[in-house]
Amino acid sequence: MIKIENLTKDYGDVKAVKSISFSLDDAQIVGFLGANGAGKSTTLKMITGFLSPTSGNVYVDGKNIIDDCIDIQKEIGYLPELNPLYTEMKVYEYLKFHAEIRHIVGEDFRKALSKVVTDCSLQGVVHRTIGNCSKGYKQRIGLAAAMIHDPKILILDEPVTGLDPNQIVEIRELIKKVGKEKLVLMSSHILQEIQATVDRIIIINNGEIIADGTSKELIEDAKGLSVITLEVENAEENTIQDMKALIPSVSVKSVEKNENVTRILIEYSNNSDPRRDIFNYAVDNKWVIMEMSVTKRNLEDIFRNLTSKEVTADA
Amino acid sequence: MHNIIIIYKKELNSFFTSPMAYIFLVVFALINGYFFTNTFFLYDQANMRALFSIVPLVYLFFIPAVSMGLISREKNIGTIELLSTLPLKEKDIVIGKYLAALSLILLALLSTFVHYFTLINVGSNVDHGAVFTGYLGLALLGGVYTAIGIFASSVTENQVIAFIVGIAIVLVFFMMDKLLFFIPVSLTGIVQYLSTEFHLSNISRGVIDSRNIIYFGSIIGFFLTLTTRLLESRKWN
Repeated sequence: MIKIENLTKDYGDVKAVKSISFSLDDAQIVGFLGANGAGKSTTLKMITGFLSPTSGNVYVDGKNIIDDCIDIQKEIGYLPELNPLYTEMKVYEYLKFHAEIRHIVGEDFRKALSKVVTDCSLQGVVHRTIGNCSKGYKQRIGLAAAMIHDPKILILDEPVTGLDPNQIVEIRELIKKVGKEKLVLMSSHILQEIQATVDRIIIINNGEIIADGTSKELIEDAKGLSVITLEVENAEENTIQDMKALIPSVSVKSVEKNENVTRILIEYSNNSDPRRDIFNYAVDNKWVIMEMSVTKRNLEDIFRNLTSKEVTADA
Repeated sequence: MHNIIIIYKKELNSFFTSPMAYIFLVVFALINGYFFTNTFFLYDQANMRALFSIVPLVYLFFIPAVSMGLISREKNIGTIELLSTLPLKEKDIVIGKYLAALSLILLALLSTFVHYFTLINVGSNVDHGAVFTGYLGLALLGGVYTAIGIFASSVTENQVIAFIVGIAIVLVFFMMDKLLFFIPVSLTGIVQYLSTEFHLSNISRGVIDSRNIIYFGSIIGFFLTLTTRLLESRKWN
């Protein structure tokens, strides 16, 4: 439904987005993940027609954003970052304003209004001035305005930032519900938020896409990502070094000696399990194992790993 | 057209939901009323001339004040992103907002009609034609200043800066006629043609010349086009 081709945006000398390409299909929730300043918002702003790409293009159902900007904007509901609203308007007026621009009037408007009001649980505030609503309500008002014309595509830039945990759960449920019939593209710099909601994750860093897939795929793709913490007594320095030679699938990350207890961090790739070998090796060398525990890396580590690596490579 | 009307309605609404429009209308009426009644009692004179010569001066400060927020405020609170990603042309946004501000100015101008009715009741030999062209001139002048005001509002996201820039540009057009003395003879023709005062005085004298109308129309068109281009240029930042 959306196809992005070699999308690039330069702000003067700064390359905010560097020739990214991906495509998105109907009825899925896609998370756009990246650290602050990674290029998420810039990409979303190009898809919604707020910014023009320096090069490349965005295609929606065969139309492109450079020539058919208005036609594409008709298909999209957009909640910008920081959710700007006309705070002096009443909620009802605000939604009516959006509906009128989308040519939804009369009976159609009444139906659309009651649908978004129910979906976003705005019953209590419809006649209130937006400026007097709480932050959670404001966020839902922004979302309701983006959905008033029942768009095929919903683009949400950091939709849950700054909300309290209960509100986050509410918005998340709402997005999940909407995502059953629409394409939802939401950005975030917080992984848990994305992981809990989306079908597919696209990780962007320094303007480049560095990972794309379901959260399960991303974890499986990442290599050498489990760590064993081993605490032993009676370990000699040289026997620790020898371990690597005898058990090739592991690498010793750090050794920390505290009186006669040695704490060793061992990294190994996911497709092998070296615990048996380590145990046998310890027995052979008369180590006394005090603790051996495996920490599987989660998506958080992968995200941090991927994004920080790129930064250091760049610097 | 549909979109222009929606933007127009929204903008007019926001004028009247804040106290600004009311303060503006009242102060405008008071200042102009003062200058009209001044000569009325002092010299036992009842004419519109004093009023017509003071309104351009009042415009000088009032119109930039009314129009300063039109676009700068949207930029400042970020709603420009909302507006620009709705299926709207920049042109529609600019024209809708322009017409809303102009409506407020014309409404204020309408309040000075009170003096005209006074004149009809107490005066004799009222030149209705001159009053009509006088008002036409003031309406056109309001149109020019509002176009300048909305342009000033689009160059910045700070309302105070928009106000100052607006006054500065309006002042240039206002003063041109008075500075002719300092300008090389070869340029006086052009500068005089560009000054609003020159065309306004023609109309106020009761002469409706198409050249003057075209002048006002083209200055309005020029600033509105510039504003639209400026709004569109955000895409290429």
